[in-house]
Amino acid sequence: MINGLLNGVRRLGHRVVDMLWRMGVSTRFFLLLLLHSGQCFRRFHLIIREVFSTGVLSLIIILVSGLFVGMVLGLQGYETLQTYGSEEALGVLVSLSLVRELGPVVAALLFASRAGSAITAEIGLMKATEQLAAMEMMAVNPIARVVAPRFWGGVISMPLLAALFSAMGILGGWLVGVVLIGVDEGSFWSQMQAAVDFREDILNGMIKSFVFGVAVTTIALFEGYDAPPTAEGVSRATTRTVVTSSLAILGLDFILTAFMFRGV
Amino acid sequence: MQRATLDLWVGFFVAVGLAAMLFLALKVGNMGAFDSAKAYEVKASFENIGGLKARAPVKSAGVVVGRVADISFDTGTYEASVTLKLDSRYPFPKDSSASIMTSGLLGEQYVALEAGGDDKMLANGDRLKLTQGAVVLENLIGQFLYNKAEGEGKAENSAQ
Repeated sequence: MINGLLNGVRRLGHRVVDMLWRMGVSTRFFLLLLLHSGQCFRRFHLIIREVFSTGVLSLIIILVSGLFVGMVLGLQGYETLQTYGSEEALGVLVSLSLVRELGPVVAALLFASRAGSAITAEIGLMKATEQLAAMEMMAVNPIARVVAPRFWGGVISMPLLAALFSAMGILGGWLVGVVLIGVDEGSFWSQMQAAVDFREDILNGMIKSFVFGVAVTTIALFEGYDAPPTAEGVSRATTRTVVTSSLAILGLDFILTAFMFRGV
Repeated sequence: MQRATLDLWVGFFVAVGLAAMLFLALKVGNMGAFDSAKAYEVKASFENIGGLKARAPVKSAGVVVGRVADISFDTGTYEASVTLKLDSRYPFPKDSSASIMTSGLLGEQYVALEAGGDDKMLANGDRLKLTQGAVVLENLIGQFLYNKAEGEGKAENSAQ
């Protein structure tokens, strides 16, 4: 009985220490990554290739889900707004919820599961097959050659993807609200333009997506780099990337929202 | 420098992404619709601003001619001091009056400007003399109930 309790405490302590240890290592990893970023900007084609694999290949899922999220917002928003007789505010509802919250957050969640998991699996497999060790043998720094370009590729892609998601969503809302249901087109756009502020709403949304991009790619890269070099290790690291970065996105979103949209 | 199809795709992606940002800025946001550089500021004191917020529109004859730039409380007069930023394309006479209105029954509140007859025009930093605060719904209902009770009292008196 006492032995079991002791074991439980021991396991808890082990997990806490392990978590702190991982946090420290990941911070060091992040700083190392920034330190070695200079080299990869001189070899820009490496970043271009990563923008392709993280950004361009995520394009379809982002565009399609953006369209559907906007269409659902249009339908649901219309249902609720028409009970108050203010269907014209549909444009405001769709655009503000997309630009401020849904665009950056859902795009980042999709990005984490589409591109983040791929990054982790790729780097984890590189480690498992000792490609990273081989690079070190050839005096090539794997952080500068493999990790940093992926980081910047992800950071460049994320705000673009979030903007595309928001734009597609607003088009989806317009499609359902104006074309299908028949909300007045003029007031749909003009009320939207009156309510959405460039600096307050759009720029803050872009800052959010940039922060999410940094967080997701850092987590994905670290999990891959830190994965045990086995098949099971890589698979667990991939799962952990999706879970951790989703939680990080939602937590960071709350903090950023609290800073950005207080009052006014 | 060799070109690959990959570069084309990345170029396409970046171009589409920037186009989406431009769409958000110009079509969705109000950037460019109202240039704050070409504006003049006018102050107005209100007894009660109700639910007026900064960035609310200033309308004259229903047309948006500016925005509420700032709202503060004046401890000298115990009134709300509202700074209006008006588009310099629309000059207004010096004796124009401002009132706080509501668009629709539950809509947002805005400042309505009514042009006066003065020859002189408002300049930057001027203060509007004639203002009408927001209508507080509770006061209105209270007044209505009071009038009704008074009317009933009179009716009872005359019946006796």
